[in-house]
Amino acid sequence: MSESHFRFVAANRRVREDRRFVAGKGQFVADIDLPETRHVALITCPHAAARIKSIDKRAALKMPGVHYVLDGAELAQATLPLMTGLDTPNVPRRPLAFEVARYSGEWVAAVVADTRALAEDAAEEINVDYEPLPFVLDAEQALEKASPLVHEAHGSNVLLDKTFVWGEVDKDFAEAPHKLSLRVKWGRSATVPVETFGVVASWDPWRDILDVWASIQMPRYPDQIAAALKLPLSSVRVHHDVDVGGSYGVKRGIKHTVLAGYLARRLGFPVRLIEDRLENMRGGDAHGPERLFDVEVAYDNNGIVRAMKMRALENVGAYAGRSPFQLGKPIGAIVGPYKIKSVQYRAIAVVTNKTTQEAVRGFGQGPTNVALERMMDEVAHALGLDPLEVRRRNLIRHEEFPYTIPSGSEYDSGDYHTVIDKVLADTPYEALKKQRDALRAQGQLAGIGLAACLEPSGGNATFEALLNPKITTSTFMDSCRIAVDGGGAITATMHTTSSGQGHETLVGTVIGEVLQLDPELVRVTRPDSLTSLPSGTPVGSRMAIMLGGAAFHAAQKLKAKLTTIAAHDLGIPFDRAVYDKGSVHDRDDPANRRAWADLVTIAHRNYHRMPEGFEPGLATSHVMQVPNGGKLPTPDGRVQMYPCFSFEFHLVLLSIDPDLGLPRILRYRVGHDCGTQINPKIVRGMTMGGIAHGIGAALYEEFAYNDEGQLIAQSFMDYLLPSSHEVPAVEIIDHETPSPLTVLGQKGTGESGYLGAPAAMANAVNDALRPLGISHNILPLKVSKLGDMIADARAKSGQ
Amino acid sequence: MRIKLSVNGTEHALDVEPRTTLLDALRDHLKLTGAHAGCEHGVCGACTVLLDGAAVRSCLMFAPQAEGSAITTIEGVTPGPGELSPIQDAFCETHGMQCGYCTPAMILTAHALLAGNPEPTRDEIVEAISGNICRCTGYAQIVEAIALAAERMRGANRPTEL
Repeated sequence: MSESHFRFVAANRRVREDRRFVAGKGQFVADIDLPETRHVALITCPHAAARIKSIDKRAALKMPGVHYVLDGAELAQATLPLMTGLDTPNVPRRPLAFEVARYSGEWVAAVVADTRALAEDAAEEINVDYEPLPFVLDAEQALEKASPLVHEAHGSNVLLDKTFVWGEVDKDFAEAPHKLSLRVKWGRSATVPVETFGVVASWDPWRDILDVWASIQMPRYPDQIAAALKLPLSSVRVHHDVDVGGSYGVKRGIKHTVLAGYLARRLGFPVRLIEDRLENMRGGDAHGPERLFDVEVAYDNNGIVRAMKMRALENVGAYAGRSPFQLGKPIGAIVGPYKIKSVQYRAIAVVTNKTTQEAVRGFGQGPTNVALERMMDEVAHALGLDPLEVRRRNLIRHEEFPYTIPSGSEYDSGDYHTVIDKVLADTPYEALKKQRDALRAQGQLAGIGLAACLEPSGGNATFEALLNPKITTSTFMDSCRIAVDGGGAITATMHTTSSGQGHETLVGTVIGEVLQLDPELVRVTRPDSLTSLPSGTPVGSRMAIMLGGAAFHAAQKLKAKLTTIAAHDLGIPFDRAVYDKGSVHDRDDPANRRAWADLVTIAHRNYHRMPEGFEPGLATSHVMQVPNGGKLPTPDGRVQMYPCFSFEFHLVLLSIDPDLGLPRILRYRVGHDCGTQINPKIVRGMTMGGIAHGIGAALYEEFAYNDEGQLIAQSFMDYLLPSSHEVPAVEIIDHETPSPLTVLGQKGTGESGYLGAPAAMANAVNDALRPLGISHNILPLKVSKLGDMIADARAKSGQ
Repeated sequence: MRIKLSVNGTEHALDVEPRTTLLDALRDHLKLTGAHAGCEHGVCGACTVLLDGAAVRSCLMFAPQAEGSAITTIEGVTPGPGELSPIQDAFCETHGMQCGYCTPAMILTAHALLAGNPEPTRDEIVEAISGNICRCTGYAQIVEAIALAAERMRGANRPTEL
């Protein structure tokens, strides 16, 4: 499908949300200003693990303006533990620690006061008597029998240990002439949005409704709040017209909302909990994967990788949440874009005394892609082949799609070799290598990093059923409703919050495309959760596919309805009626037509002119099922995971200052194929932002802990977010291989860039280190560590 | 304590605790919610406002310290209801944002830059916004927005070539 097929899709159009943001008129959760709102501050545990012996609230409660101090015992008595993904009933997760606190920074009590400042003052007056307990921080140590148990009642620190074997792994290993293994570590980082998480909750005792405004991106958010608070789901009303100040997966906020919701109901006034940065980074439960990979591959003399064994050990922190599932999603693209015939995958999730993890952009795919891409480079190096050539030999070819990988997912489409060729078209690879070698000749360390990565998109959640057989969910729907009012104006709905993805633009563009009308004529609104149709959230790169799909089908239904009404009124058969930009005419007599206003009048006022049995008015809706979804895993652990697979190929040239260890990106090109781009400005922004985030994860960002279990990256002076200085100019080369599974050929792009940049950076750094005979596979590849390693290597070689 | 703040050309008298930050005074007392709290320790720049034309962090300064200075917030650079300044319009043209949280601060920083340097180089734009963290965009479309705004503002009074 090329651009010419479309009127508005793929056109370089503005993003409608931007107008309110540039004027400072977004409505973020901190802008929700209800009368009588009281504010929450949190008391946090200073120990990595401790028994809570007593909490003395008396001094705080005597302070003017202080209303309440809530502790974990009261909350545990009044609410149910939060939903977790795995079947681990003895690892309960609660908003406030109950009896035992399991990480430094965990919330132990909450104080409610007239202002946030007063609440913070009062928090300092609350005395908690702790008995420090033994703790464990490292995932491998947590596996050892002698280690302290994070959750005594669970009996071990292991939440998940599951091995999958897809294909004849042992045979393929036995037959292959070469094998190698490597260990790669993805350090604990996260998305760390500039807006922290916040929630405002208000209970109406006369209507039995808990109103919630939140900075949220969480599937089944109202369901989880209602369950924990023991309310019917129809008593929780989440307002979706809150702009979310960035999330990228992490703003799950269930514990915050259950806490604020309980307090609002208990105290009878609106309660607001907006994390400060310290609360956010320590106890906001917003850390991302911390994963250790052991990868073993078997390959032939040509560098064709035949089989792979991967062990992934995830340190999920103190409580389960959904985070162990981040070991599950990568199963849907476990071989990346390569034709690896057989795979053994062992996924282990352990609890430790660190902050709890939540979902991060890519849901575990980013770390897995680093392991795969580091492996490809090592295979090439072992055989003395070029890493680009080895990739080309292993990549699935365009004509082989749809392509089913050993773990059961069918890749929809792709043209990987063409994307690579386009990236190299005006920057020949050999010229880049010469540039690298020239830098090396000048005494610099320089390296080229390649990464060929997939972005599974469409957000099916079958990894849940794969890792927890008690879960039988096989849909992850999204929906859209369109109404044409009696004045002829079009209003469409979407049913979730957004955090910068431009969904209102998406819905308007798709409906405009189908109805052949200017998208600006389509108003897009967000009903609250009680008036919404079933909908997920913007996770798993799914909204272009799922919300775009729902809007497309709802618009098609509307178009069909308009055409039927017109054909009836014109007295012609349906197949002679031609819909054209809002009006309908007789194919055989174009002058015989009904304009938009005529059709609106018939539908809204002239029921006597409507086809028999038609509903009056003009309203349609569509609830979209995931393309290629709807199946549960087979007993041997195969399942169609996500429906669509976007591709990205990164090419990086960097130098490393040999004295400082400081990497400098000299050239960054990326080929990106997410099928049809509904809005190219949005796609470009996503990809650029993903690359910036990926550079951060690869080089700078880490929630580092000291040996006492204290988080030592507690501010933006320690947790280093890339600024405009750290993000290079990036050349993005687009290619469009439409998906055959989606309405416009689109695929997902919400995680693009991020899923390949860390791998490319890791490969570039290792290529730069190679002449020194060293390698470094622990992300983030910190300047200090690189500097030390380079100095050691040079000292040893006498340079 | 009672203080007077001059914000967007209007004098306001307000009662604040001495420890109230300028950010909280603007947001909570004057309901100017375009300035956002990000880190509240002076790194992210989401709270940036103009103080006598200079881009400063309103989270790092107490409201009483701002007495006697002219404060400009995003609400003050928006020409009117539904109208955009050339810089705001340029951010819309390039889509120099995603979630919109850092955007008002980014635009005020751009105002401060372009007021003193109507023809900034790419490096100068990168330097100017380096104190404003954007987690969404990777900065490319922000840099382009500022360059586009500068170009348009320079051309505003120039006759069209025939």
